[in-house]
Amino acid sequence: MITGILIILPLLFSLVVFSLKDEKWIRRMAVTGSVLEFLVSLYGLFLYSTQCHCQLLLNIGWIESLHISFRFGLDGISLLLVLLTTFLTPLIILSSLDHPYRKPSAFYGLILLMEMAFIGVFSASDGLLFYIFWEMALIPAYFICAVWGGNDRIRITFKFFIYTFTGSLFMLVALIYLYLHTPAPHSFEITYLYAAHLTAPEQIWIFAAFFLAFAIKIPIFPFHSWQPDTYTEAPAGGTMLLAGIMLKMGTYGLIRFVLPICPVALKEWGWIALTLSVIGIIYASVIAIRQSDLKRFIAYVSIAHVGLISAGIFALTPKALEGAVIQMVSHGINITGILIIISLIEKRMKTREIPQIEGMANRAPWLAALFMILLLGSIGLPLTNGFIGEFLLLLGIFERNVWMAAIAGMTIILSAVYMLRMYQRTMLGKLREESPEISDISLAEAVPLIPLVIMVIWIGIFPNFFLQLAEPAIREIMNLIHG
Amino acid sequence: MNYELRMINLIINLIPLFPLLGFLILGLGFNRIPAKVASVVGPGTVLLSFAGSLIVFFHLLSGHGTGGSGRIVTTLFNWISFSGFTISFSFLMDPLSLLMLLVITGVGFLIHLYSVGYMKGDQGYNRFFAYMNLFVFFMLLLVMGAGYVMMFIGWEGVGLCSYLLIGFWFKNQEFNNAAKKAFIMNRIGDLGFLLGIFLLFTTFGSLNYLDIFGQVKELNPGTGVLTVITLLLFAGAVGKSAQIPLFTWLPDAMAGPTPVSALIHAATMVTAGVYMVARSNILFVLAPATMTVVAVTGLATVLFAASIAIFQNDIKKILAYSTISQLGYMFVALGMGAFTGAMFHLATHAFFKALLFLAAGSVIHALGGEQDIRKMGGLGPSINKTRWVFLIGTIAISGIPPFSGFFSKDEILSHLFNRSSILYIFALAGAIMTSFYMFRLYYLTFHGKFRGTAEQKHHLHESPSVMLLPLFILAGLSIAGGVINLPAFMNGSAWLQSFLAPVFSDALPFLKPPEFEPGPGLEWLLVAISVVCVVCVIPVAYLWYVLSQEEERKEPLWQSFLRKIPANKYYIDELYDTLFVRPVMSLSKGFHEIGEKKIIDRFVDGIGVLVVRTGNTIRYLQTGHVGFYVFMMVAGIIAVLIFNLVI
Repeated sequence: MITGILIILPLLFSLVVFSLKDEKWIRRMAVTGSVLEFLVSLYGLFLYSTQCHCQLLLNIGWIESLHISFRFGLDGISLLLVLLTTFLTPLIILSSLDHPYRKPSAFYGLILLMEMAFIGVFSASDGLLFYIFWEMALIPAYFICAVWGGNDRIRITFKFFIYTFTGSLFMLVALIYLYLHTPAPHSFEITYLYAAHLTAPEQIWIFAAFFLAFAIKIPIFPFHSWQPDTYTEAPAGGTMLLAGIMLKMGTYGLIRFVLPICPVALKEWGWIALTLSVIGIIYASVIAIRQSDLKRFIAYVSIAHVGLISAGIFALTPKALEGAVIQMVSHGINITGILIIISLIEKRMKTREIPQIEGMANRAPWLAALFMILLLGSIGLPLTNGFIGEFLLLLGIFERNVWMAAIAGMTIILSAVYMLRMYQRTMLGKLREESPEISDISLAEAVPLIPLVIMVIWIGIFPNFFLQLAEPAIREIMNLIHG
Repeated sequence: MNYELRMINLIINLIPLFPLLGFLILGLGFNRIPAKVASVVGPGTVLLSFAGSLIVFFHLLSGHGTGGSGRIVTTLFNWISFSGFTISFSFLMDPLSLLMLLVITGVGFLIHLYSVGYMKGDQGYNRFFAYMNLFVFFMLLLVMGAGYVMMFIGWEGVGLCSYLLIGFWFKNQEFNNAAKKAFIMNRIGDLGFLLGIFLLFTTFGSLNYLDIFGQVKELNPGTGVLTVITLLLFAGAVGKSAQIPLFTWLPDAMAGPTPVSALIHAATMVTAGVYMVARSNILFVLAPATMTVVAVTGLATVLFAASIAIFQNDIKKILAYSTISQLGYMFVALGMGAFTGAMFHLATHAFFKALLFLAAGSVIHALGGEQDIRKMGGLGPSINKTRWVFLIGTIAISGIPPFSGFFSKDEILSHLFNRSSILYIFALAGAIMTSFYMFRLYYLTFHGKFRGTAEQKHHLHESPSVMLLPLFILAGLSIAGGVINLPAFMNGSAWLQSFLAPVFSDALPFLKPPEFEPGPGLEWLLVAISVVCVVCVIPVAYLWYVLSQEEERKEPLWQSFLRKIPANKYYIDELYDTLFVRPVMSLSKGFHEIGEKKIIDRFVDGIGVLVVRTGNTIRYLQTGHVGFYVFMMVAGIIAVLIFNLVI
């Protein structure tokens, strides 16, 4: 029931926002809708942890003849990602409020529509439903980037669309193939898909198709070339949605579909995916060092960080998987926070070019302090959220393959290199004479940031609540892998 | 009884909490808190921790409530816990951690107090104390933690504070570079540490000291996995304690305010590596290969850093190289199994090096920021008190009796003599160099003619009493600190030896016994040799740097060449720049311009072009003529039929 409300609510508010004319009301309704959604998801968390510690299910018939129905369920992993979505969306909306976006009704309406699609993806327990929401998320993302993006937005967004859509088609093919191999009566329901009888070669093909779809979305090296361009050209709020939430659809898909459906293929060919992920960490980190556009910089940083997450998923150990889940949450929090800071910097300095920014900490000490905390979370300093994930991921990978862990571990050095370099260039030093008059962060600007900063430290000190939330679901997936 | 135990547990938990509280108050209050309040909160919280440490110390000495084990473990909460994997936030109080605790909070408090005067009027006064308190918090976690993960939390935390404090005056990008360098070099070592932790976990299934040390005794000495674990841990120690090859960050770290150099980069943080090895003593003694690596690294660092120190002209950099060198002594001691000797030297070094740094700060303060000893000279009369405490520090570090440094250094030297005479000779050479560069520093600063500007001479002033008081206390400790471990042949009680004995007792049986047991006579002879050696170079320094008034002596070409290499720190920075920094930067450029734009983008575009071309070609099949379609259909059916027939 609660799952149904979670999906319907953003849709309703999105329709309301679309139909409104008055800008003030558009903003009010967008904020109200997303905050309400967050409260509902908190209630869902309450139900989950008090009632059953199992799944919150919803099942409504749809296409009876093909045994397709609206099947939704929330287990620990889904719930964490739903909470991440409902937590970040209002903050993203709040941080966008003072941008003078054209046609705000469409902008905020699309964000809410996207939120609905995200919730659908994370809670669907039916392969086809998952696919439908997966594609549904792409459409608002496309419009947000194409309408409100930077100068080169049309070309870049088109590339983004084609790229990810191609990947999705492979997933669709794989899903249909799986459907035909499910035990009679065929169904797209997740347990049927898990039970599909596949020979080893078939598993490898299914694995390859799923991997392509998810690897593009995440993105995993070398399928990432759409991502830096798109992150750079998309409007601030759009980038936050893409990096903060949307890419988790890919890592979630790996955990939900690839691990349980293709264990044999993974044991045989998973090392390729693991190796690609680890290469991506080093490759993107090294590139990030020299980037001058803040958003392009953060795009490469993101590739490096999600590379570690996907490496953890392919390590197939419980600790790495636990680390991957917690790191998905942490990455969403940290990157959204950093992107908000970047938009604040851009607002003040009228540029995102690192060489043209210097010494902001002189005039904006609070901005610099909040930035520092988010940055520390992102480089995985102990007692911040990033450390929990990084530690468990690397330990889990270490248990699988010592050398992969050693190479992936280079991230703790490289992240310090690129992050501190960027921080030093932008925040520290003397303020230049020609730089515009800048002010410290205002209360309204701080409102979306403070919850994020609190979460950075909260998860860092008390991660147990989150870890234990995901634990039963992870155990189940590990059981499916090891049969 | 139960009540008493609970009180002690509470106090143990409060010890790190006080500085954290101080950080939160000063950090969140920011500049709204008046400087006067910050002057109380900053040092006050550390003083409270010191008081707490004293209480726990005396409690532990009395032996109540420890069940005879001589240690207390308290658990605050389960930090990471799922599927049977648990890392708890817990503290281990035993003699080793208490010794560290007393040094950190005691010396830490004095340095905080000194900072009240030193940092007066600085724009970031509150921020300074906030960072310093945060540092003390993390340092306390590091030494109080009951397992390697807790140590790692503190380890990385102090690295952060070091970064923040080196770059405290962030307007200067040179300082920021130094801060960044320190953090990154530390993280190189930290990767080793982290991998060591992972290997410990996969080997022993736990990360708590007591669990690991309990199991490890059952392994055979020299087991491969232990060698790897200890080498990885030692990599972390090398980074944190600025040993070869990861030492170049420490001299640069002198960019931070002088109290920071005294607290973090001399007395406490940089000794974390020594603490780590001493804490893991049982692991290290079971890996003899690693022990050799530790000893050799330490000794090489002693000599290398001392030879650089002789040729430096920045008062703080000389002290920085001397710190690296003295840390080297501690590692030599650890590598040869003299764990108590290393910890003894750690404590006395904390006293006299903090003293020297703070006194140097007083000099710098008096000269309005001047750090170049070539522009000092003759300061003795005008800042007499500073001169005397500096001299005390100099005598102590040179190892002249009866000052504290003499006892701790002598313990290490005699331990070396009994085991390896070659190591002994090198270590003695290091001691001679130490004495030489320290007296060079002392004479150039306080004796001879003043070489600064007239304005500086006019402004020369002694520091305020809030700065002098900590100097006097530290001077007292530098003189008398040796009493904590007077050796037996001097009729001492070797108190520290027996205090720390429970921590090192398990490791001792695995150590190689000394080649011979020296009698008191030989011990006295060794003392005489080392004292004569270090004292002899003092007149030489006096002769060269006070009596010879020529500013620039003409020297032969080969001599200037010989001088140039150590004076330029053996060009290690330049070497690292060519070997690591530049290649990474070119790689970054290469990846971006070739990997991204030329290879991946082209490949993707290629697929796009291919699709369009295929589309263009296939398009011709859609002719619109029904006849053509029918023809293709029939052809297809025939093809399928033939195919079926053939198969």
